[in-house]
Amino acid sequence: MKHTIAVIVENKPGVLTRISGLFSRRGFNIDSLSVGATDNPDYSRMTITVNCDEETLEQVIKQLSKLINVIRVSQLEPKESVERELAIIKVSANRENRPEIMQLVSIFRAKIIDVSPRSVIIEVTGDEEKVDAIERLLRQFGIKELARTGKVSMVRGTKVVQP
Amino acid sequence: MAKMTGAQAILESLKREGVDVIFGLPGGVLLPLYDAIYSSEVRHILVRHEQAAAHAADGYARATGKVGVCLATSGPGATNLVTGIANAYMDSVPMVAMTGQVNTNLIGRDAFQEADITGITLPITKHNYLVRKASELPRVFREAFHIARTGRPGPVLIDLPRDVTVEELEYSYPELHLPGYNPSTKVHQLQIKRAAEALMSAERPVIYAGGGVRYANAHQELFELALKLNAPVTTTLMGVGVFPEDHPLSLGMLGMHGTKYANYSIQGADLILAVGARFDDRVTGKIASFAPRAKIIHIDVDPAEIGKNVRVDIPVVGDARNALAELNKFVTQKPWSAWNERVSTWKCDYPLCYQKDESVIKPQLVVEKLCEVCPDAIIVTEVGQNQMWAAQFFTHKDPSRFISSGGLGTMGYGFPAAIGAKVGRPDCQVIDVAGDGSFQMNIQELATAVINDIPVKVAVLNNGVLGMVRQWQTLFFGERYSHTTLGQVPDFVKVAEAYGALGLRATKPSEVEDVIREGLASDKPTVMDFIVAKDEKVSPMVPAGASLSEILELES
Repeated sequence: MKHTIAVIVENKPGVLTRISGLFSRRGFNIDSLSVGATDNPDYSRMTITVNCDEETLEQVIKQLSKLINVIRVSQLEPKESVERELAIIKVSANRENRPEIMQLVSIFRAKIIDVSPRSVIIEVTGDEEKVDAIERLLRQFGIKELARTGKVSMVRGTKVVQP
Repeated sequence: MAKMTGAQAILESLKREGVDVIFGLPGGVLLPLYDAIYSSEVRHILVRHEQAAAHAADGYARATGKVGVCLATSGPGATNLVTGIANAYMDSVPMVAMTGQVNTNLIGRDAFQEADITGITLPITKHNYLVRKASELPRVFREAFHIARTGRPGPVLIDLPRDVTVEELEYSYPELHLPGYNPSTKVHQLQIKRAAEALMSAERPVIYAGGGVRYANAHQELFELALKLNAPVTTTLMGVGVFPEDHPLSLGMLGMHGTKYANYSIQGADLILAVGARFDDRVTGKIASFAPRAKIIHIDVDPAEIGKNVRVDIPVVGDARNALAELNKFVTQKPWSAWNERVSTWKCDYPLCYQKDESVIKPQLVVEKLCEVCPDAIIVTEVGQNQMWAAQFFTHKDPSRFISSGGLGTMGYGFPAAIGAKVGRPDCQVIDVAGDGSFQMNIQELATAVINDIPVKVAVLNNGVLGMVRQWQTLFFGERYSHTTLGQVPDFVKVAEAYGALGLRATKPSEVEDVIREGLASDKPTVMDFIVAKDEKVSPMVPAGASLSEILELES
């Protein structure tokens, strides 16, 4: 079962190592991890997805909370949160198939951010399934390169995960 | 605000934290700090190997309840501390380990004697710091000591680059600001009430107390609760002494080498109250069949311990002393019950015992005699058979007088830890119950004890073998004694004398008591070499992975 947790951490050197080290030492598996600054420069926010049972998830949350540089750990329920991932995908393209690619891009409300005679780079944002879907459909044209950000997530409504 | 160097700021911070002794060994990058120590009031004890500095700081901390402090240079000095830090981490011992580091501009360039010690100790410290500017020092030291001693205690490492110790700063000791560190000490009242109700309605309760009771200074509250409930109390190795073992409700230690009656009581219980203990595999045996009929109440200051190894019915997060004091308000006197009778019968039927012998010294006899001659001694142990016999055959009555490497099981721990304990409590007799294997792992510290006039006593249960491993070879590997025979080398009496300590030897049971009396009477560090039976086994024993019900009596 996949779970998403938001972790507010102090923006200090070595904090990412502490978190990833904790996961490897305790045998927890990270599915994806994304990290970036928050509105407060003292803190960063990580979104971590883990694939584990409920008991392991409880341990993940408790063990993370014990780290001195971790300010807050919250589990995000998929039904109550919005989740986004961004991918940029370089696809082989030529005069013949470019219209078809552009059509796909339009259906997925993705964007073409770079064009060359033999390739295009597509930017797509959405939940994991959407990114998976466009990746699948683009495969027929030949994916040359792909970079995904990992998920970021936020609770719907007025509830917040803050330090 | 006063202007001073980083080195002076370190010593000023140690002073403010009440540190009166440092165990350490200098090195190149520590020269400025050691130069400041030269003209400081703090007592510095020079060890012969950095591992001993960490163990001594650990022993000091366990004996006094204060934070132990050790110091080692960069690179090999720092890596030599690692075992001692891991040991303190596993047993939740408050410690601050300081390490030298190369100049900040050389970090990451594989400089001479550079080791990434904060990286290395990441999984074995409660927290660690690499100080990059002298101005950070007061804050880092303030935080480090606070983190080490509060909540679930543990070791904190501070890595000190050479230039940081030379740089000047305006010194002021800051207020704590640790937004990510709020150890919970207060307990949840509703959970306390639920726990109290469960305890009152239980028919066959057992209290299982660990090292947390000791660190929280909760032994009196535990005693009161046990007596009110008439609940038998068993302790883990880390908890030995938190409940007086001569009390009718005491079950002694549980687990792999626990008493039969403690293990039977656990297996027969309908309610287990775990306090400051973590359901270690050496305690629970096969986890699926641990206490099969019992509900479990678990009190722990570390929320991550609750539910880690076993399912818990009533979790109580908080300081053991607060929790037990609260529980005492809600429970009333329960009568001596049929359960108490049953437990007492088990105690009568399955006492701890060994085959006495007139010609060969049995190791258990040595421990019994130590207890007879000096019941108030602080007993420190090495690891292996000696450790188990010291736990089993000494009647422990005081919560701070048994010091042993529980979680990590570090051979070589006992002797330097005993030195630390003696430094912390010079008025107590401190005895390291050792094996000849373990003692040789840090035997060089005889120099530290002699030169600093720290009269610790070492009782070597000298069987010439790595006894615990050999015991397993006897039982599970068809008596194929692969590399467990040490032979009675060296001559420990001569070694002791070479270092300037007193060396004594007993080869016959009749000599044991005299050697102990003479050894303890001496004002010198003393090695008492007891030549003991080679094939003696620690009994009873729950084989690894077996249920606590499958406890075996072993013949020697």
